Amino acid sequence: MKRRTLLTSAALALALGTTAFAQDEEITAGFIYIGPPGDGGWTYEHDQARQKMEAHFDGKVKTIYQENVPESADAERAITQMALTGADIIFTTSFGYMDPTIAVAQKFPDVKFEHATGYKRADNVSTYSARFYEGRAVQGHIAGKMTKTNKIGYIASVPIPEVIRGINSAYIHAKKVNPDVEFSVIWLYTWFDPAKEADAARALIENGADVVLQHTDSTAPQAAAQEAGNVITFGQASDMAEYKPLPRVSSIIDDWAPYYIARTQAVLDGTWESTDTWDGIGAGMVGIGEITDAVPEDVKAEALALKEALASGEYHAFTGPLKKQDGSDWLAEGEVADDGTLAGMDFYVEGLTAEIPN
Amino acid sequence: MDLSSINPVLLIASVMVSATPILLAAIGELVVEKSGVLNLGVEGMMITGAVVGFAVAVSNTSPGMGFVGAALAGALLSLPFALLTQYLMSNQVATGLGLMMVGLGLSSLIGKPFEGMKAPPFPKVEIPLLSDLPIFGKMLFSHDIMVYFSVALVVAVWAFLKYTRAGLILRAVGEAHDSAHALGYKVRHIRILAILFGGACAGLGGAYLSLVRVPQWTEGMTAGAGWIALAIVVFASWRPGRVAVGAYLFGGVSVLQLNLQAAGADVPVALLSASPYLITILVLVIISARGAHAAPASLGRPFHASR
Repeated sequence: MKRRTLLTSAALALALGTTAFAQDEEITAGFIYIGPPGDGGWTYEHDQARQKMEAHFDGKVKTIYQENVPESADAERAITQMALTGADIIFTTSFGYMDPTIAVAQKFPDVKFEHATGYKRADNVSTYSARFYEGRAVQGHIAGKMTKTNKIGYIASVPIPEVIRGINSAYIHAKKVNPDVEFSVIWLYTWFDPAKEADAARALIENGADVVLQHTDSTAPQAAAQEAGNVITFGQASDMAEYKPLPRVSSIIDDWAPYYIARTQAVLDGTWESTDTWDGIGAGMVGIGEITDAVPEDVKAEALALKEALASGEYHAFTGPLKKQDGSDWLAEGEVADDGTLAGMDFYVEGLTAEIPN
Repeated sequence: MDLSSINPVLLIASVMVSATPILLAAIGELVVEKSGVLNLGVEGMMITGAVVGFAVAVSNTSPGMGFVGAALAGALLSLPFALLTQYLMSNQVATGLGLMMVGLGLSSLIGKPFEGMKAPPFPKVEIPLLSDLPIFGKMLFSHDIMVYFSVALVVAVWAFLKYTRAGLILRAVGEAHDSAHALGYKVRHIRILAILFGGACAGLGGAYLSLVRVPQWTEGMTAGAGWIALAIVVFASWRPGRVAVGAYLFGGVSVLQLNLQAAGADVPVALLSASPYLITILVLVIISARGAHAAPASLGRPFHASR
């Protein structure tokens, strides 16, 4: 009995200690990462944004993170752990954390949760994502213009709407400038496995692709393409500038810092509410990395014009007439896709040959 | 289904590249397990080899030096495991898992300054005459030296275990350490040498990933290859020749499924993706059903001269 009293008071002292310590650090923001911050892609950008956010608040916000959290039951454990450690706001930065995030959020009503790229919300769960498909449109345009073999390889990760949107958007814009273009899609069922990503790039190149687009997190496909030569690639999630000017001719850059700063500020101010944010090139959440000199001047100019049109909202990446893969009508002439359909996109557009795995 | 875009020559060549890292790590672990030690830290030693090999190769612009450095680093990392398990009698499973975690952490620490750098090119060695053969020349005889080295290593390990006295002693230590001790063999020394050899091989396998197969350094880049190597040793029922078969089968199925996808084969992708693992499990089941486990009898058991 005595020992228990001792333990309780020790725990109390610890709790008090934490509170006292937390006075200069008003809140804690937690991050759950799918890969390591050194992946050079997706997680790297989230971690950069985390650091910028911490610097912005200059000591008022403490950040913690856990890397390499699998999208399985482990995720729930990791998020729970983070909530128990005293995080006030937790960013879970991969699609597969959707259900675990909702489950943990129910148990911690006072903690705010922010889930990236998902669609399930609750009173204390917001979702946020970027319109990467706008960047994919620019890539598709360049790819369609630049390919000589008319074969474009696409390293896809997991068949979720975000990835399917990217494939569709790239295909539509490649097809628009090059009617003969064909897409080969490889599904890896992982977001991060450099060896597999490199093997996939090699398989695509050996099958005749001279443009490789990737929707996985590491720079391995860039290295494989560079080795093969005569292949162009695009940086994914991060600039991947070390592969400039060839094979990497442009990139999609995710910029999460302004969002993280705004949301954390809202927690500090007590104005945080559950929202759904989906910003694109216009709002700056999606950036287009430098288009290198390996791209001919006119193609570069067209790509930049397309980027401007997407940013200003004058042009939408999914503008009719468009048909679905099975030949049924989707969008009439001039009609643009609504966000609901895009958010749940589970079909290919007409012309793509493979099937989406389910 | 049009599979004409798959070029069998390039396919086999890719298979060899893809199988080499796990082959190197698995043949090393085979020797370790033959001596009666279970080292689960292969993943950690591989990734340390990957980062050290990359760092040395970049700093000296010499991939050859990189491989030497990687082998030394892998062996060095396995040394604490050897001392802990052999002299302090710690639990091999727990120590091995600890080794893995140390390796993963250490590698990301060492690797920080090397992120985003490029590996110096590793030349391919065209074997005279043989590489001029039609088809087979490009398929089998135009690789980098590590591919040949890994195959030669498998043959060497096989010959060592089967025909040399030292190999016989190593096997004796793994089968019945008390008897070997009674005969006057230094069980601990032999096991430590085997562990160091296993570490060096895992380091080479890791360096092959960061210098040839990917080629770059990325944190966490082994992504489970060390575990596959461990599975392949069991799969091979502790025989060197079968280790090679296992590694090439695994590498082959992995690369083939990517090629089938790239060529637009009309096979369910989820099934293709899971196929390397499914086939591994299937073969393991067949081996178990035949009852031929052939695991060294002292595998994983600690040894102390007083018992």
